Amino acid sequence: MAVQVIKDKCKGCTKCVKSCPFTAITMEEKKAVIGSACTGCGQCVEACPFQAIEKVDDGKQAADLSQYHGVWVFAEQRDGKLMQVAVELLGEGSKLAAAIGCELCAVLCGSGVEGLAEELFEYGADKVYYADAPELGQYTTDAYTKAIYEAITQYKPEIVLLGATHIGRDLGPCLAVKCNTGLTADCTKLEINPETKGIMQTRPAFGGNLMATIVCPNHRPQMSTVRPGVMEKASRQPGRKGQLVKLSAAFQEGDIRTKVLEVVKSVKEMVSLTDAEVIVSGGMGLGTPEGFELLKKLAERLGGTIAASRAAVDAGWIDHAYQVGQTGTTVKPKIYFACGISGAIQHVAGMQNSGLIVAINTNESAPIFDIADIGIAGDLYQVIPEIIEELNKFHDGSNH
Amino acid sequence: MKILVCVKQVPDTNEVKIDPVKGTLIRDGVPSILNPDDANALEAALQLKDKDPNVTIAVLTMGPPQATYMLRECLAMGADEAYLLSDRAFGGADTCATSTTIAAGIRKVEGVDVIFAGRQAIDGDTAQVGPQVAQRLGVPVVTYVQDIQMGEGNVTVQRQMEDGYEVINVQTPCLLTCVKELNEPRYMSVGAIVDAYQKEITVWNHTDVALDPADCGLNASPTQVFRSFTPPQKGKGEMLSGSITDMAKALVGRLAEKHLI
Amino acid sequence: MAEAYFTEQHELIRKLARDFAEKELTKEVLDQVEETEVFPEEILDKMAKAGFCGIKIPKELGGQGADARAYVLVMEEIARVSGVASIYVSSPNSLSGGPLLLAGNDQQKEKYLRPVVTGEKKLAFALTEPGAGSDAGSVATVARKERDHYILNGRKCFITMAPLSDYAVVFAKTDLTKGNKGLSAFVVDMHAEGVSCGKPENKMGVIGCATSDIILENAVVPECDRLGEEGDGFKIAMQTLNTGRLGVAAQSIGVAQGCLDEAVKYAKERKQFGRPIGSFQAISFMIAEMATKLEAAKQLVYKAAYLMDTKQDATLNASMAKYYASEVCNEIAQKAVQIHGGYGFIKDYKIERMFRDCRVFTIYEGTSQVQQMVIGSKLLKK
Repeated sequence: MAVQVIKDKCKGCTKCVKSCPFTAITMEEKKAVIGSACTGCGQCVEACPFQAIEKVDDGKQAADLSQYHGVWVFAEQRDGKLMQVAVELLGEGSKLAAAIGCELCAVLCGSGVEGLAEELFEYGADKVYYADAPELGQYTTDAYTKAIYEAITQYKPEIVLLGATHIGRDLGPCLAVKCNTGLTADCTKLEINPETKGIMQTRPAFGGNLMATIVCPNHRPQMSTVRPGVMEKASRQPGRKGQLVKLSAAFQEGDIRTKVLEVVKSVKEMVSLTDAEVIVSGGMGLGTPEGFELLKKLAERLGGTIAASRAAVDAGWIDHAYQVGQTGTTVKPKIYFACGISGAIQHVAGMQNSGLIVAINTNESAPIFDIADIGIAGDLYQVIPEIIEELNKFHDGSNH
Repeated sequence: MKILVCVKQVPDTNEVKIDPVKGTLIRDGVPSILNPDDANALEAALQLKDKDPNVTIAVLTMGPPQATYMLRECLAMGADEAYLLSDRAFGGADTCATSTTIAAGIRKVEGVDVIFAGRQAIDGDTAQVGPQVAQRLGVPVVTYVQDIQMGEGNVTVQRQMEDGYEVINVQTPCLLTCVKELNEPRYMSVGAIVDAYQKEITVWNHTDVALDPADCGLNASPTQVFRSFTPPQKGKGEMLSGSITDMAKALVGRLAEKHLI
Repeated sequence: MAEAYFTEQHELIRKLARDFAEKELTKEVLDQVEETEVFPEEILDKMAKAGFCGIKIPKELGGQGADARAYVLVMEEIARVSGVASIYVSSPNSLSGGPLLLAGNDQQKEKYLRPVVTGEKKLAFALTEPGAGSDAGSVATVARKERDHYILNGRKCFITMAPLSDYAVVFAKTDLTKGNKGLSAFVVDMHAEGVSCGKPENKMGVIGCATSDIILENAVVPECDRLGEEGDGFKIAMQTLNTGRLGVAAQSIGVAQGCLDEAVKYAKERKQFGRPIGSFQAISFMIAEMATKLEAAKQLVYKAAYLMDTKQDATLNASMAKYYASEVCNEIAQKAVQIHGGYGFIKDYKIERMFRDCRVFTIYEGTSQVQQMVIGSKLLKK
């Protein structure tokens, strides 16, 4: 799809020029001209007051897509344990499969992890494609790409979903190129177009400033990676069964060009921001790295964990693992405390779906207050100890 | 040894704001910058050059003619050669089509031993183009690299994982995508900026890199933007007032009302 | 927003200086400088590495080979964040490097200028004396010739960086009968016998760059360390100060920009009577005036630099730029403090430091009144 200007209707108002996120529109002789940077996003179509810009189908011949069936989910496992995001993908995948009217399958790679297939069935997979080889025990780009690419060519799924983990974001692009198809990264919402039955993938762009819905009309499979923590987990139905399909995974000399010499698990405590019910997050307003100690007190009081904005991480105050936002983790706890965080869009993108957002900031015009459910304009070093105090009183009260 | 570094000029997304009334992007005054992860990739190459004067560094980008400004910045940090892939035919490309063009450009730059790229660009955050370029060139890829040790015909890297890292040995030529933990990018220097403006920047269009217009840009993009919109802003909540103790009390009260504590 | 006087290359230099200032000269660092009165060596090393010490010095002399406009931009961007840091940029580029660049022979340039512009050594400019401020001709320090060396006696005062310096360019009378024409310039080793520094002055602003007296008691200076001929001193001093004015002018627009930024930010954030104070006309008019005067000052400074780069006479313009920019900077800083109200009077806010830092700009390297004399006499000549 492309965008074109209907010259007769264009009044030269330049509204479209301002609306374009890609600086692709210029004015020539008082008419809008769409330049080469256009991605066909259609912002200008909506911005034009004179209906002078339209989207046109460039009438590309659709490839034969009819032989592609089924929704596949990459069942990422590490050390024989299924990753949470795989369960989330099964949850989302089952909705997509239902909307299309097709089966939901999981594709599993590993060495001696057949047992996980049972788990995948219980989480809703109708079929599990399983590639078993010693070379698949530890993830390598080459081995996993080869095994799954061969399965895709043989069984032709119409949709393939991967978790946007460090593995999924490595594997996805390689598979997409091999399959000569499109891949949409870090989707936050997936829907099926009821007419075309194609997938509509919504993802943030421009650091979360813009949401784009991406389609992949003429290529199959349609591939997406999905951010962990965004989709709802599938519910487990004990005893549910499905069909196990074994893939022949064989590797030759030179197929795998990387060698994992060592796996080092970091000694630092694992930060599970995605599972936390309460998050107390800090930003530049803390002033010093020691500020996180106070946040920790509040977090512990509420059985939660601490987190940070990108600015605080960039300042070197806290490890990247704690970062919430567009380039960090997406979270949706029941309560999110934003302490000394201004509310840059890049941060908001990662926490706006939290149940209740409490913002504490000295600057009462900070953008964080625009999205907070409860705002406190004040110095966090005074406010937080008071909150802890009040929480203590509350609990003392309710115990009696 | 020749290291090619893939770079991208991006709008500084930290500076992008939304017009609160119209809900549109405010682009005015948003500076274009060298993508942060790409600066780490370039720094990694420069550190290898510091140790071994036989290393030459080429930087390559795809973008509009104005991207030469960013390439000058790379030269002023210490890169030796700069290449710009610029053509109307390259416009509107998704990651898939972008990787075709960049791979064609890299093939044309002769004698490349190893390719560095940033993990992802802050305007799209896809992290796809690096691995896709590697696939098209038929070279192995390691993503999320946080440490690089060059060997003879191979390189040993640390690949960052969510809960630690892997030590991986990979044969060269290969492509590595770099994360910010890898290093701290250096500053340019005034003298190097002066020199950077004496150097040639090679600009190539689709015929220079032997690509059919049908194989690049919007034409060759499997994914298309169906629509785009600014994310709905959540309504403004309640500002508490009164003394700090009053506000703390009120907050705990609200949490209790909602059965959150 | 490319300025008329600048090329893309200049814009990239501005970007370098701005990135550097924002990343290195953090609030913590600057607060520490205020407290300890010491500027951290490692930041000076980084500044040298970025080429800030020899911006317009030719490459063959160890400099960066850029021009006066590049110098102005670096000064402006560094001063925007820290006035004192900009002194460490201006010194090697102007007062320290100037006399050597103007009058040094090849050996002297190699021995003294190169280490200064690469940031390895520091060199002070010692002209002012208790009895010779604006009137440089009345210097009382004496250099007496003996065989192949000179014996120097006297006292210099208010010498920026003197306690930190490895060398100083000292102006002394070789002929007491000749006034200005009896003045000569010498490179003095600060660690030599008979050379000492007074107690560092307790200054109002630009704290973190020690200023003190230099005391010369029978200090021996070899003849090969005399710059130019005997009697060239006055000319060397005046020419150095001429180009030095541009540095103070650039410093002024930098600090003024920093003040304006702070004032605008505060006027948007601070609420009184239920709305941001910036929405009151009294405040918005102050900001409008500050911004307009700053823009006028910038154009004067940029033009002076442009004239120098295109080898045109810039004496008048440099004086106008120094005079106007430094005066306007003080005015803008004063208004910025006013906008901050009570908060502008306490040290937690940046504006308090900026207000003190810029006070010296109308004083050093030729007071506003001396600049007015230069401008006036140029116009009224003959």
